Amino acid sequence: MTAAPTLDDRVREWLRRRTFHHSRFADVERLVGLKRRQGLRISLCLPALNEERTIGKEILLLKSELMLRRPLLDEIVVIDSGSSDRTREVAAEWGARVFLASEILPSAGARRGKGENLWKALYQCEGDLIAFIDADIRNVRPQFVYGLLGPLLEDPGVQYVKAFYDRPLELTRGKRTPGGGRVTELVVRPMFSLWVPDLTALIQPLSGEYAGRRSLLERLPFPVGYGVEVAHLMDIHHRAGLEAMAQVDLDQRIHRNQPIESLGRMSFGILQVLFDRLHRYGYLEPRRPLATVMRQFLPDAEGYEPAEFPLEEEERPPMISVADYRRRWGRGGEDS
Amino acid sequence: MRATDHALAHLSRFRAAAEAMRERLLTDVVCLGEMPAPTGGEGRRAAYVRDRWCEAGVEQGAVDDLNNVVGLLPGEVGSATVLVAVPMDTLDIAPEHREIEVGVDRLVGPFVGDNCLALAALACLPTLLDSLQVRLRSNLLLAGTSQSLSRGNLAGLRRVLAASRWPLACGFCLESVQLGRLNYAAVGVFRGAISCRLPPEYDWAQYGASGTILPMADIVGRIGRIPLCQRPLSTIVLGSIEGGLSYHTIARDTVLRFEARSESGEDLRRIRTAIEDIVAEARARSGKVVELDTVTWREPGGLDIGHPLVRNARAILGALGRPPMIYSTTTQLAALLEAGVPGIVLGLTTGRRRGELDEVEEEVSIPDLWTGLAQLVANLVAADVEAHP
Repeated sequence: MTAAPTLDDRVREWLRRRTFHHSRFADVERLVGLKRRQGLRISLCLPALNEERTIGKEILLLKSELMLRRPLLDEIVVIDSGSSDRTREVAAEWGARVFLASEILPSAGARRGKGENLWKALYQCEGDLIAFIDADIRNVRPQFVYGLLGPLLEDPGVQYVKAFYDRPLELTRGKRTPGGGRVTELVVRPMFSLWVPDLTALIQPLSGEYAGRRSLLERLPFPVGYGVEVAHLMDIHHRAGLEAMAQVDLDQRIHRNQPIESLGRMSFGILQVLFDRLHRYGYLEPRRPLATVMRQFLPDAEGYEPAEFPLEEEERPPMISVADYRRRWGRGGEDS
Repeated sequence: MRATDHALAHLSRFRAAAEAMRERLLTDVVCLGEMPAPTGGEGRRAAYVRDRWCEAGVEQGAVDDLNNVVGLLPGEVGSATVLVAVPMDTLDIAPEHREIEVGVDRLVGPFVGDNCLALAALACLPTLLDSLQVRLRSNLLLAGTSQSLSRGNLAGLRRVLAASRWPLACGFCLESVQLGRLNYAAVGVFRGAISCRLPPEYDWAQYGASGTILPMADIVGRIGRIPLCQRPLSTIVLGSIEGGLSYHTIARDTVLRFEARSESGEDLRRIRTAIEDIVAEARARSGKVVELDTVTWREPGGLDIGHPLVRNARAILGALGRPPMIYSTTTQLAALLEAGVPGIVLGLTTGRRRGELDEVEEEVSIPDLWTGLAQLVANLVAADVEAHP
């Protein structure tokens, strides 16, 4: 009689089977063939806010390599939160379909946040597979997209693919700031280790690059703020287990560093979502409501000034529950 | 019928075809521009260009042991061969500062005008000619060349010229900027480093010991007194000087780097002799080890303004509404002329260095690039007619 696999065994086994390097999918012609045989359409979505310096290059490279040279993508869509710079103009110039988040699904109102853009992207994008990448990537290359799509095209059992990478922060001249993925290592990983150890198998659970099947994404609620990635992981894990997920090594991603105060507020939002899911899925018994104000001390000329930031992670319902969405895409489902 | 007539008649079509390739071409600019390519380390850029040519059906694309990438587009007749060459190396900078920004009508990034844009044009040239259905009677030898900067001394291009199996009728050297430049004369260049160091037996602890800075200061003063002609023009640039550690320590080593340029080979040799004499005297009088290291030596040369290559290029620029900017250059042209191959240098777009931000940061125009590529195709067509009258 063999012993039941331990958690460690399960995670290791998943890592072995569901962790890839992007180079495995470098034959884009093959991926295009898989896409055609399955009759799929694929959308790439970039949620954006004031990214005029980077978004042009992202769209140019990805359109050139993955639409014009090899038709892996059917569309590139930018969902803009209301940029005050030339983000929308630059994106449109290089061939993206550009939408203001506030003008999509007006009947649902408008919220501010990356999660809001992702949720509304489901309404606007036409793909059966949707890949999301951040608009502030300074070293974007085609593997960022085909690497995420490869597992979905190869294996119908894979529903959701997450990126991981070596993340050097943007460097100031002559000075290297240590770290990267601090919220992951100090907040999310300890919480997953405590409560949902399966999810510790994800090397970068907060990465902004991922891809999924519409059939899954439309059934997920979307927190509009910082917690959307963690919510997705916990919801998918609850619905379908770790087996529905995969992760892909994209090598290196250069992005902007964020100040510690911003990371503190991000952590606060993520913890709200984490505790919400722990309550929702029965890991924890709620004894009293979670607070919704983050308190920080910000340095000023006199010393430190206490500051309060009201942060409540509002949540959008699964898109499939929105009647306008079902009408647009001819989907069955339940009303919200 | 003049050689340029056919080319001039199709300029707008050439420009439209170039613009139709904009995603592909600008992708290549970004990818090539973000690859490190220090002198002697151009291999990644070379491989990238070779792969692009391979996709475009260039059968003989290859990278040689100096990191030159060379490809041949066979001509319909093939009795003459035209060279298009682009230097590939650039000054090295930290990877995190190597990124290129793509705006609505411009590219911004380190050295984006020097010379990744021209290299991308070279990578896309077979596809552009194919899309235009331009079938040259001449062979077209395409070369991304290595080791153009500093001690490289155009070693890559010299190798391409020496190794070419096809006698070259003429050559075009491409630079990213400025559109409108028309260089058909190369100034002679003598680039060197003078080092001054203490001999091993030097008693540096002796009171009054002067170290290496004073002799170097004397050398600088004497170089400054070398008489220079205005016609033909000669100049000496003292580019950098370094030496010493602190306020009170004796400087053990001092190095002066300079570049002398002249339109006259005779004057350039006279300058070299003068500097050699200064160095020899400084060595003898100071008791220090003073040496001259010649980094680059290029003979001046050039074509006549009435040469068909120059005449055609002027006519094409005129038809594009760009007055030709004519001046002598220190670029690859020198190697071409030394090898007896008539050649000119063309710029592909307009740009400027963004001095207010960072001296390596450059900005180039996207729309002007289509004009620059139309200019290139027109010059190739005209050169082809000249080679097969």
